[in-house]
Amino acid sequence: MATLRKPPTLVVLQLTGGNDALNTIVPYGNPLYYDQRPTVRIPEDQVLPIDAQYGFHPSMAALKPFWEQGKMAIVSGIGYAKPDYSHFRSMDIWYTAQPDTMATDGWLGKLVRDLDPKADNVLTAVSFGRGLPRALSLAGVPVASVAELDSYGLLTNLSGVQRQAALELFSWMYDDGWDDEGLPLGQAQQQTDPVGEVLRYMGQTGLDAQKGAAILRTAVEKYHSSVRYPQTSIAKSLRGVAQVKLADLGTRVFYTAHGSFDTHGTQLAVHAQLWRDISEAIEAFFADLRARDAADDVIMLLWSEFGRRVRDNGSGTDHGAGGVAFVLGDTVKGGMYGEYPSLRDSDLTLGNLTYTNDFRSTYSTILERWFEVEAKPIVNGTFEPLAFV
Amino acid sequence: MAVKGSAALRQLSEIELMGHLLRRAGFGATRDELDAALAKGYEATVEDLLHPERAPDLEEDLLFRSFPDFHESRKVDVAVAAWVWRMIHTQRPLQEKMVLFWHCLFATGNAKVESPLQMASQIATFRRVALNDFRTILLELSRDPAMLFWLDNQLNTKDIHNENYGRELLELFSMGIGNYTEDDVKHCARAFTGWTFAETVPAVKPYGRFRWQFAFRSEQHDDGEKEFLGEHGRFDGTDIIDVIVCQPATGRFLAKRLYLFFVADHPDPDAIEYLAGIYHESGYDIRAMLRALFLSPFFRSEQAYYAKVKSPAEHVVGIMRLVGDYASPKPGFGDISLECRYMGQDLLNPPSVEGWHTGKEWIDTGCLVERVNFGAKQLGDVNQPGVQRLIARLRAYGELAPEQFVDGCLDLLGPLSVNPKTRAALVRYVAKAGPLCLDQEDGAADQRVAELLSLIAATREFQMA
Repeated sequence: MATLRKPPTLVVLQLTGGNDALNTIVPYGNPLYYDQRPTVRIPEDQVLPIDAQYGFHPSMAALKPFWEQGKMAIVSGIGYAKPDYSHFRSMDIWYTAQPDTMATDGWLGKLVRDLDPKADNVLTAVSFGRGLPRALSLAGVPVASVAELDSYGLLTNLSGVQRQAALELFSWMYDDGWDDEGLPLGQAQQQTDPVGEVLRYMGQTGLDAQKGAAILRTAVEKYHSSVRYPQTSIAKSLRGVAQVKLADLGTRVFYTAHGSFDTHGTQLAVHAQLWRDISEAIEAFFADLRARDAADDVIMLLWSEFGRRVRDNGSGTDHGAGGVAFVLGDTVKGGMYGEYPSLRDSDLTLGNLTYTNDFRSTYSTILERWFEVEAKPIVNGTFEPLAFV
Repeated sequence: MAVKGSAALRQLSEIELMGHLLRRAGFGATRDELDAALAKGYEATVEDLLHPERAPDLEEDLLFRSFPDFHESRKVDVAVAAWVWRMIHTQRPLQEKMVLFWHCLFATGNAKVESPLQMASQIATFRRVALNDFRTILLELSRDPAMLFWLDNQLNTKDIHNENYGRELLELFSMGIGNYTEDDVKHCARAFTGWTFAETVPAVKPYGRFRWQFAFRSEQHDDGEKEFLGEHGRFDGTDIIDVIVCQPATGRFLAKRLYLFFVADHPDPDAIEYLAGIYHESGYDIRAMLRALFLSPFFRSEQAYYAKVKSPAEHVVGIMRLVGDYASPKPGFGDISLECRYMGQDLLNPPSVEGWHTGKEWIDTGCLVERVNFGAKQLGDVNQPGVQRLIARLRAYGELAPEQFVDGCLDLLGPLSVNPKTRAALVRYVAKAGPLCLDQEDGAADQRVAELLSLIAATREFQMA
């Protein structure tokens, strides 16, 4: 019997700083790789093979089962035309899905608006980390921005009964429905000038924030799990995602980031640690969801603003192009997507991999096939979807 | 806050007016600074603000010794920290406020420039010409390497025109859309061909960390005849700026931007027309426009009083000036300077060349939580020297009834005026613990003051300036 499909949910994990795609999905069967990477290379005997050509970075052992069980889509050669080697500009391009103009509206902000047009749920999108990534930024779209779930909320400088009382005062001060005697306020008594309007809007925003924080509080309280997460910052964030997800608060988009992948120097050690932390955190996260039968409606997108220079610099690698993205999830159709870029000198662009597929194809796949919303207005064009959903 | 628009406007008191001036023309004042300004008088204070050279500059040498990073600005966070430090510690508040104004107007982003050093250098240029005439300012802007790179003018040559800078100069920096034609844009861009920059040391991104300098390449310059806003000639960029500055649209554009930055979030056409008149009469002089603005009835009106949502920079810097932490360099300052970013104003990295959307758009749930929590934490810390000074002032009053306690704290924090409902709620809150007795050394009473300051920082009114 067909069951009602649970609302699809997306977890985005941004690999900040420019992840080296070549040392992530390693083309160990290609001698050109070892020619180009005299130092910053993964030896053949350490690669976790996918096939005779490609293999995972050895730190990704915890993710390999996703591949083996067909729950991992690897999108190689992902990027956009005329690559920008600035971290921030390139991130903005990915955030706004607009490579050609400076834009401000985030693609996920637009998705959230489509999912919750009246902003009924203040928790439709939850971002873990301070400050909002531009991907989620769109006027009128509330996003809860959580530095640490355990301590998230207003007036966190106070504690205990003092904080309780202060929060009560806060809602009193921000609620415009009542006068100073506690009587309902008629429309006529409310301020109608522009400043009054701003203050009323701020009042509503404050109450939304408070409501969001109070609901998130219940997620922490209700959460019980036997899954042990590693003691890393990314595991902590993903545990937060699991807590909110498992509390069924209607959150459809989660966001978090980890880095820095900007490995100009001492790359081998840094990159290995980053992927170990990420892989183990993701392993724990999905184990947690599966234990509660809550993994079916989740996919996770991992992306980075660019890949890195093909030839290493003796200790690390410089900014490049042509990256790798991953989409993970129990309902994902695993496999290799996108064409792995050629390493032949003649095929490189300024010493960088040449992208083979536009990142907006991956976005469009997620938007149209996973969320069933129209992709075109969000990614600003029509892009061939991939088959991973 | 008094109800506006419904009743006749009340006259602001002298101290309210001075608090208003120092918030808008600077980043707010401690009560001691307010008292000193009151002793000097309103007009004399305005005149001092307009003449930053009368006050000592920051001693950068001392600062660089403690924060050697500030000098080199290799990382953008460091360049931001150095600037926020200056906003907090400057004795030339209007000059620094104008630097922020120009940064918001001529929004250039390290996202593309990828050279914090060059961004810091642009900020220093804005500081040098902060209160000059608009012609000088546009000329400096058009020669600023960070701006030229930001808007691709190094690609604007005789053979291949790149209109990015030419267009934004007209649309976003001086006249506003609707006041020129597409042909004007083309001719404007042609006039700026060959205006580029040279690297003092050859550099490759992302290591573009050597200082750039303006360069004019005559072989790339299109020296031909141009027609711009009805004028004809073999114009170069300087000639174009000469034409721009005398346009009526330019006066109105700048008047409106100054009004929105200094007076209120909602434009008043009469006030803008008045300021535009001063612009032309004074020979495009920013100082003259600001003098007229601060002395105008519309600025000194209740209508403008607390009528602006503070920008994150104003919020963070204002609070830090109040609490008086980091009087001298010590570790941890970087975290403070990043607060603006968490609240939605990533200094040196505006969302686009249009700058930040202001007013109501500063506020969303995430930013509001950051604003409230930062203010509550800083002002709720009884160990902060500024909080100690506020407590000492309250102590002089002896025992305070709940109303007096609330009014006393509101007064010392601004003076801040709040909605009667907000005040009633605060009074009810503090009344639970009875009157405040600060006359003996009592840690608990001090804590009560800090708690109330923290709750006032959480109010909506405290988010306004």
